[in-house]
Amino acid sequence: MSLVVDIRKKLGSFTLQAFFETRGGILGLLGASGCGKSMTLKCIAGIEKPDSGYIELDGTVLFDAKKGINLTPQQRRVGYLFQNNALFPNMTVRQNILCGLHRENNRSIREKRLQKVLQLLQLEGLEQHRPHQLSGGQAQRTALARILVNEPRLLMLDEPFSALDSHLREKLQLELRKLLMDYGHDVLMVTHSRDEAYHMCGQLAVMHNGRVLTQQDTRELFANPRSIHAAVLTGCKNIAHARKVGSYEVEVPEWGIRLHTQQPVENGLKAVGIRAHSFQPEEQQNAALVQWVGEMEEPFEWITEFRFVHQPAQTSAVWRRFSKNSSTEKYPDRLGVAPEHILLLYEP
Amino acid sequence: MDWYPLWNSLRIAAISCILVFFTGIFAAYYASKLPKTVKGLLDVVLTLPLVLPPTVCGYFLLVLFGVKRPLGRFLAQYGIQFVMTWYGGILAAAVVAFPLMYRTARGAFESFDETLAYSAMTLGLSNTYIFWRIRMPACRQGILAGTVLAFARALGEYGATSMLIGYTPRRTATISTTVYQLWRTNDTAGAFRWVLVNLAISTVVLLAVNLLEDRQKRTVKK
Repeated sequence: MSLVVDIRKKLGSFTLQAFFETRGGILGLLGASGCGKSMTLKCIAGIEKPDSGYIELDGTVLFDAKKGINLTPQQRRVGYLFQNNALFPNMTVRQNILCGLHRENNRSIREKRLQKVLQLLQLEGLEQHRPHQLSGGQAQRTALARILVNEPRLLMLDEPFSALDSHLREKLQLELRKLLMDYGHDVLMVTHSRDEAYHMCGQLAVMHNGRVLTQQDTRELFANPRSIHAAVLTGCKNIAHARKVGSYEVEVPEWGIRLHTQQPVENGLKAVGIRAHSFQPEEQQNAALVQWVGEMEEPFEWITEFRFVHQPAQTSAVWRRFSKNSSTEKYPDRLGVAPEHILLLYEP
Repeated sequence: MDWYPLWNSLRIAAISCILVFFTGIFAAYYASKLPKTVKGLLDVVLTLPLVLPPTVCGYFLLVLFGVKRPLGRFLAQYGIQFVMTWYGGILAAAVVAFPLMYRTARGAFESFDETLAYSAMTLGLSNTYIFWRIRMPACRQGILAGTVLAFARALGEYGATSMLIGYTPRRTATISTTVYQLWRTNDTAGAFRWVLVNLAISTVVLLAVNLLEDRQKRTVKK
C-alpha cells in the first residue's frame, strides 16, 4: 500500500518538483496557497501531465515519462475530493453516488452498496435532494460517498475543510478521521492549515514554491522543523537569523541576544525559531530584559508584542502568546525560553 | 392560399438547425480546448458569416457550389446541386445560423466548471458519458439559447437564400422570399398574410422557450 511520486512540471516561470511517498495512513501536503499542492494532486489523478518523472501506486505504474506510460484518469482509480466537492448539479444525491457505482452491473448489489454508504455517511433522507439544496457538510459527505463506493486505491483530499464554517470544521475533522481509519488505503490530503495537518495527518510533506522540502512524521516536524519555511508553515511566529557561537549556543543579532540550546548546534545554521507560547516569565534560562510594544486579545488567549532591550532598531517585534487562565504575569520585565524550545533552522 | 413556402421554410429551418446544433456544439467544444492564438484565428473564420452581409455569404456559396465551379460540378456527378434547389436553402441557412450556435455554445462551455469533468474522470466515467450527461446538462441554458437563435435565424434567412436558391414558386420559395416577391408584385395583402404567419411562428417558438426555461427553474428549485 503505497504511492510513490517523483515528478517535475514547468508552468511558465514556476517549476513543480514533487518527491514524496505515502507509508500508510494519512499523508498531508502542507504548503501556502499557490505552492503547487493542487497541481501535484492533478498530476497524480492524471488530469495534468508532468514533464518528466514517475508515479506509482500499489505497485502499478501510473506515469513513467521514460517508458511513455501515462494512464488515463479513468484507469488510475484514484479518488479525488475537490475543494468545491464537484457534485454534478443536474443529478440528485442518489444519482451522484450511483455515478461512483457505474462499474457494478448487478442491480441489487448496487442498491445494497448505495444504502450502505448512505448510512455510513449519514445521508439517509437526502437521496432525492439536489446539490444546491445541501449544506456544506452534506455536500462534502455526498462527494465522499460517491468516491468511496467507487473503491479507489488512493484517496486525495484537496483542502477538505476550507469551505466549511469554522464551528463545523473540527466536528468534521473528527468524523472524517474516524472514517478514514476504516478506509484501508492511503490518503493524501492537501492543506495550508497547520491545525488541520496536525489533527489529521500522521506524516507531512512540506511544500514551498513548487518543491517538497521535507517529509516527516507530523509530531517530529512540529518539534523540529529544521527549515525556515517548515517552521513558518507549522505556525512558528518568531524567526530570526542566527549564527553558531558554541556547540550549544547561538547568537541572534536581530534580537541582540544569545541563546543556549538543548540540541547541539551544527555548522550551516541559518536561523532560530521560537514559538510564541514558548516565552515564559518564570523561565530562568535564556532570560532577557524586554519592553512591551503591543497586545491583541483572543477569546481565550493573549497575544502580546515585545522587543528585547538590546534589540536593534528596524527589526520586527517578537510575539508571545499565553492562556488567559494561566497565572502568568501579563507584562513581566524578563522573559525566558527553555533550551529545548529553541528551533534550529538550517535551510531556507 | 399556397402553403408551400411555410412547409419549405420550416423544413429548411429545422434541418439546418439540427445540422448547426451538432456542428456548432462540436466546434465550440473543441475550440474551447484550443490554445488562445489558434482559438482567436478559428473564431474569426467561424464567426465571419455573422458579421458579413448575408448576400456576401450567398456570393461565396455561389462561388463554391455554382454549377460551373469545380466543387459544384463534382457534386453534380452525384446528382447533388445546391443552386436553385430547396435543399440549397438548408446550406444557406446553416452557414448563416452557424455562428450563433457556435458562439453561444462556446460561451456556455467556457463557463463550465472543469472540476466536474475531472471528478467524473477520476470516478472512471467515460468521456462520452461526461460530455452528454454532465457537460451538456450543465451548459443547457446556453445551448438552448443558441439553438433557438439559430432556428430563428434560419427561419428568417433571406440574403444568402435568395442568392443561392432564388425564388421559384412551389420549388424554392420560403416565407421570407415570398414576402419580398409578393410585395414586389404589388400583392400587399398576400405579403401581409405571410408576415402574420411568420409572426405566429416566432411567437410560438419564443413562448415554447420561455415555458421550457420556467419548467427547468421549477425542477431545480424543487
